[in-house]
Amino acid sequence: MIPAIVVFLYLAAVLYIGIFAFRRARGKEEAEDYFLASRSLGPFVFLFSLFGTNMTAFAILGSSGHAFNNGIVTFGLMASSSGLVIPLTIFLVGTRVWALGKKHGFMTPVQMFRDRWECSHIGTVIFAVQAAMLVPYIIIGIMGGGTTLYAISDGAVPFWFGGAIVAMVVMSYVFFGGMRGTAWVNTFQTVLFLCFGAIALIVIGYGMGGFRSAATAMQNAPALAPLLTRERFSPYYFFSYTFIPLSAIAFPHILIFCLTARKITQFKKTVIFYPICIMAIWLPCVFLGVMANRVTDIPEIKAKQEARRVLATQGRTMEPEQRDQLREQSAGDDVIMLLLHRYAPLWLAGLLGAGIMAAVMASDSQILALSTMFTEDVFAFYGGKSRFGEAVQVQTGRIFIILITLFSYIVALQAPETIFELAIQYAFSGFASLSPLLIGALFWKGSTKWGALAVAVWTAAAVVAVAIFQATVPAPAPGGNTIVWALGGTEVLTRTPGGTAVFKFMPVVPMVLVSALLMYVVSLATQKPSRTTIAKYFGGTHS
Amino acid sequence: MNRILLVVAVVVLYLLHQDIWFWRSSRLVFGFIPIGLFYHACFSVAAALLMWLLVTFAWPSHLEREVEQAQHEEDGAR
Repeated sequence: MIPAIVVFLYLAAVLYIGIFAFRRARGKEEAEDYFLASRSLGPFVFLFSLFGTNMTAFAILGSSGHAFNNGIVTFGLMASSSGLVIPLTIFLVGTRVWALGKKHGFMTPVQMFRDRWECSHIGTVIFAVQAAMLVPYIIIGIMGGGTTLYAISDGAVPFWFGGAIVAMVVMSYVFFGGMRGTAWVNTFQTVLFLCFGAIALIVIGYGMGGFRSAATAMQNAPALAPLLTRERFSPYYFFSYTFIPLSAIAFPHILIFCLTARKITQFKKTVIFYPICIMAIWLPCVFLGVMANRVTDIPEIKAKQEARRVLATQGRTMEPEQRDQLREQSAGDDVIMLLLHRYAPLWLAGLLGAGIMAAVMASDSQILALSTMFTEDVFAFYGGKSRFGEAVQVQTGRIFIILITLFSYIVALQAPETIFELAIQYAFSGFASLSPLLIGALFWKGSTKWGALAVAVWTAAAVVAVAIFQATVPAPAPGGNTIVWALGGTEVLTRTPGGTAVFKFMPVVPMVLVSALLMYVVSLATQKPSRTTIAKYFGGTHS
Repeated sequence: MNRILLVVAVVVLYLLHQDIWFWRSSRLVFGFIPIGLFYHACFSVAAALLMWLLVTFAWPSHLEREVEQAQHEEDGAR
């Protein structure tokens, strides 16, 4: 029960931060203050909050779980590629969006798109696509909170109650604190993440009797040695993953965060230290996930390995449902928790549990971003702000926060978690596919609203098509692929154990390339915005 | 620093991410870190160094000037 008490203390601390931010902003009922903290975040808070908002539950729980089953490939797939691509996009796109926001008062990406391309309802279509891909994050955050509290309290806190507590806490500090509260909580959480990795590595390493013997033993075991390499992964798949981090800058909550910096120079530290922060969190988690395979005294881990072995050896002869069941049994999302439970003292497990809690509560920025988008892109755009005033706009944003949290909580109780995990998997590809919108708006005078509409419609269609394909064609056993469509001996469309392949690449590659092509071709064929608008964006810039 | 050199550095680092040369090696560095993991940790440090080069030699300072100018114009209009 001690770890659960520590976690509750942590939840009380983040709630207090949100209320403190509210008191700091007392009297200000301005949209820019509530939704963007008056564009006043300093360098330290800007770095850690921008980084923290990009670190979801997957950073700690998912990365170690993925590494447990797939080995060291996890780090190259998701961390080091992000360490290059994300700061690069913040450097190229984030700084420009910040400058345009400062000059023209934009608070959301859609406001900028509407102004840049002189459009109205096309902006609403982009809003709808972004919102539809963002909601699953909020749902999965609540589910993660419920599951974690249940595990930390050894079942004393039921899932429904844990989820309700997490939803209430997140909703409260976003409701009261707005962007300022969210940024401060994210900063606090990121510091916890960073400490978490180092402490977990030391404690578990000590408990296991050092990593040297574990690593050597894995190297000498034929069944485990491949986890120290990437031989089970296709280079096509590995390459495809470098497209996924393009999603980061296209996420509305990240772009909105870019608008909160006080000065452009605050991007400098964020851009430089981003790869180091990613490494500091992911390296210990991936390493521990791989090393968990050598643990012999935790029955739950042995059961997962056994399920993995059965799936690999007998999977081909099984029914799809049996394979899905074994996949679920072998999933390693809780290996870090199991390692901590076994090797860390109770109070430390609680502290580290709070770190994990911080990771699963990263849905705060998405809730606030959705609220900002709704009030600015829908409520204000369709006349609400001019009719009722700015104070009502902020109150509408707050009511929206309550409604979206309630909706997410109710859905989280009803639907199986795997649905939303899949939705997030598609959403990453979807947001990466939306990235040509930003490149076109900021760097190409010739881009048009029809090009933007083509990108948005293509993205929505591609995400739905991949989802339907994966729901219709069952996943094959590990090591095998189901070729659905081949052309002259070339695999065009394949169902793989982990998803879908198009010409052996992940769907994100054709999605981004087709998206960029559509932006180019459709823009060439349609009418450009007025010269005044183009001069507003490119007249005095060096683009 | 020449901007073309910086673009080349970005492309080279992107290509170096695809380290097919350590694909099948389970060699351990310092006796416990698999070489493929060690390589990508070094890659992350190299990415941070590249970002430092970009920030130092290709910083979009014109954006800052434009914002300041716009704010002066806005203040003047008031």
